[in-house]
Amino acid sequence: MKRIGTNGLVLNENLIFEHSDPGRKGYSLPKLDVPAAELPAELVREEVAGFPELSEVDVVRHFTRLSTWNYGVDSGFYPLGSCTMKYNPKVNETAARLPGFTGAHPCTPEHLSQGALALMHGLQEALAEISGFPAITLQPAAGAHGELTGMLMVRAYHEARGNSRKKVLIPDTAHGTNPASAALAGYDVVPIASDGILSAQTVAEAMDEEVAALMITNPNTLGLFEGEIREICEAVHAKGALVYCDGANLNALMGIARPGDMGIDVMHFNLHKTFSTPHGGGGPGSGPVGVSAELAPFLPTPTIVRQGDRYGLDYERPRSIGRMKAFSGHFGIMVRAYAYILSMGGEGLRQASEMAVLNANYVRARLEGSYHLPHTARSLHEVVFCDRDLEGGCHTLDVAKRLIDYGFHPPTIYFPLVVKGAIMIEPTETESKETLDDFCDAMIAIAGEARETPDLLHQAPVRTFVGRLDETGAARKPHLKWEAREK
Amino acid sequence: MRYIPHTPEDVRQMLEAIGVSAVDDLFVGVPAGIRLDRPLDLPEPLAESELLRELGRLAARNATPATHASFLGGGAYNHFIPAVVDQLISRSEFYTAYTPYQPEISQGTLQAIFEFQTLICQLTGMDVANASMYDGASACAEAVLMAARAGRRKKVLLSAALHPEYRATVATYCSYLGMELIAFPCDRTGRSDAGELARLLDRETAAVVAGYPNYFGVVEDLAALAAATHECGARLVAAVQEPLSLGLLKSPGELGADIVVGEGQSFGIPVSYGGPSLGFFAARQKDVRAMPGRLVGQTVDTDGRRGFVLTLATREQHIRREKATSNICSNQGLCALMAAIYLSLMGKQGIREVAKQNLAKTEYAKERIAELPGYSLPFGGATFNEFVVENDEGAGAILARLEEQGILGGISLERTYGDMPNRFLVCVTEQNSRDEIDALVAALAGGER
Repeated sequence: MKRIGTNGLVLNENLIFEHSDPGRKGYSLPKLDVPAAELPAELVREEVAGFPELSEVDVVRHFTRLSTWNYGVDSGFYPLGSCTMKYNPKVNETAARLPGFTGAHPCTPEHLSQGALALMHGLQEALAEISGFPAITLQPAAGAHGELTGMLMVRAYHEARGNSRKKVLIPDTAHGTNPASAALAGYDVVPIASDGILSAQTVAEAMDEEVAALMITNPNTLGLFEGEIREICEAVHAKGALVYCDGANLNALMGIARPGDMGIDVMHFNLHKTFSTPHGGGGPGSGPVGVSAELAPFLPTPTIVRQGDRYGLDYERPRSIGRMKAFSGHFGIMVRAYAYILSMGGEGLRQASEMAVLNANYVRARLEGSYHLPHTARSLHEVVFCDRDLEGGCHTLDVAKRLIDYGFHPPTIYFPLVVKGAIMIEPTETESKETLDDFCDAMIAIAGEARETPDLLHQAPVRTFVGRLDETGAARKPHLKWEAREK
Repeated sequence: MRYIPHTPEDVRQMLEAIGVSAVDDLFVGVPAGIRLDRPLDLPEPLAESELLRELGRLAARNATPATHASFLGGGAYNHFIPAVVDQLISRSEFYTAYTPYQPEISQGTLQAIFEFQTLICQLTGMDVANASMYDGASACAEAVLMAARAGRRKKVLLSAALHPEYRATVATYCSYLGMELIAFPCDRTGRSDAGELARLLDRETAAVVAGYPNYFGVVEDLAALAAATHECGARLVAAVQEPLSLGLLKSPGELGADIVVGEGQSFGIPVSYGGPSLGFFAARQKDVRAMPGRLVGQTVDTDGRRGFVLTLATREQHIRREKATSNICSNQGLCALMAAIYLSLMGKQGIREVAKQNLAKTEYAKERIAELPGYSLPFGGATFNEFVVENDEGAGAILARLEEQGILGGISLERTYGDMPNRFLVCVTEQNSRDEIDALVAALAGGER
């Protein structure tokens, strides 16, 4: 078996503050070409106590060393379920750094921002075509922000009809952000059991005139398509409610089927998942929202509009929910996503979804004999195993940590909550058969190790810069910043 | 497609292993009735060279400091970014990583966030800072929600001089939570009117929110606002739209703020048409468990070595679901890293020196503009790097005239403050040379550049 994870020289590194040496400088400024000025003394602080003093070399070495303790998509296979860790194309990074994009100020008059506005309009149109929703906002900063935007629009829609309603139905296969987003829109959350795939009958039985919306994820977090989606939407609409779709899993459907054609009323996109923009160690993402024509008047302000060959920002939107953040969203991320769509084309996007689904099913086929598969319906872009049949007193967490020693980023673990000890694998389309084989070989070997030498799992990871960390201690006595006396 | 590695032979072997005959068979769960029966109607794919040409064409249609002398601020600032910042964040171990859920292989991200949290605490004078939020406006909205939650009160007083887009974002977030939002005016200095505030404050008030410096660039008397706020048991939220000012100004923590939020874009992040930028959020120790967003904490591994983890997750949406302190799931990881690198480079001396340059250039511009016939500076309060200018000719007409001379002279207050059609906001940073400022003054005076 090919061994990817191995030992090598890793460099130790202190906290940046521990390097500080008074008098060192890491910056240069031009000589001041105007007279110096002073603020009234009572407004001025002494110094920023604790700020480090470092040379440029100190700073470069410090952060370069930190980077080597990380694992990214460019390092290797990153099969985090629900996160769509596909390859982040390099040309997109170059494009987003064009000075005409990075230097454009958001308050520049519209006629001098035509490039930015045209790009955003083009991205809106592409997302509309891919999803089947006639209207799009690019303002939300991330997926959860898009969810909140969508649920506020749902609320505004019902308010406009004179009845705000009280409840939002959320199946147990939903993302954790869904209930929190519904609550921020002022709704009570009613969980519904799905049995893996949600039936229209279950939804119909849970529906009444107090329900404002159903929040669904399709394909759901088990990687399964909600096959009764159309009937589900009909049952929800029959009671005057709306259907929200979490679009985190759109990577399974591009060019195959469109949420807007299924009866769904509102959906957020994750440009940092489906459209290849990098995750950045936790952000920035971008979470545009697509809506039906009926919900379009409630989109956040401003919207991006086209008048002939000119593009502009429309602030005159009396029924809008308002603003979700300053300015017009994560433009730099939009550039990357638009570059991706232009590189792929319609056929390329469909191929991406097809190969993502092929990869997930291949992993499933190879691992089915070694790990328990709780839901056996045909998988789409991801597959969820669990630790039920694992021997040697080993659990999902141990498999995850042992995978690190083999040189892989672990899958998503203990999610979705409906599967006990879940191991959620999303390979994405950018991984080759060789990579998947290496990963599956490692997974199978680990199942064997659990049986033969379980301590290898319990002690893992052993090849990393640090071993398993005391998370309980960290939460019990939070130590959230460096203090000067620690030096 | 160069991002998809599958050869026809790979596909054949994989299908065989799965036990189906065609890729289409894998989509059996998607009912025929909702399948798309046509190709997506998108432009033909572009080669890398074509793509760069097309995007270069779009980029060239935007005005930037390279094409125009720019005096635009208002919550997004043109500061110099050292080359180191982009070089370091281009390490793909940083930018292609996910949220650090597996700490053993994410120590780089985690330690950098811990350092970021520390730098924000030092700058704001607060006890704890989170791993970052989307931007200043949404961080401000989260601060209001936290104050209401922690204080179990529903009324919030917002300064009229708080950034209009921050106020609008707060209003959107609070739409359906039974909150009462009340604006209070500012006085002739451009500072929030402490008398008006005292009149509106009561034991129902959860929070008072003011900019520091505020939207007009004016430095608020935070200590006075804090005293009045605390008398009613409410929390003072200071929203810092230009954090470079904190290199020079007393920290909001020192002046009594209970929550400090702000926009960190000034710290090494390009304006990039408004995003992505960097919300920061800092609070007092007593409120740490009410805070939104991620927190990184120090701990030890099985051998006692120092390491870092995401902590206090029981506040967060994936554990507490609808009872979470926020629905936020991500942070602005890479932007927080940019700020940490920038602040490490600038250090104790640099942050002060660059802040002083901003102040000096701004004072120079203020004095020159105030001397011009027809122009006045309506607010008397001290400012950092932006200020409001008034002229009866109307802001729109003046700014349009400047534009013809290649100058983006400022932001009209006409749309955001309906009663100020003759006023505009001018921002001067260390990036504006004396020549540029002189050209602005000459253009305002009506002369040629």
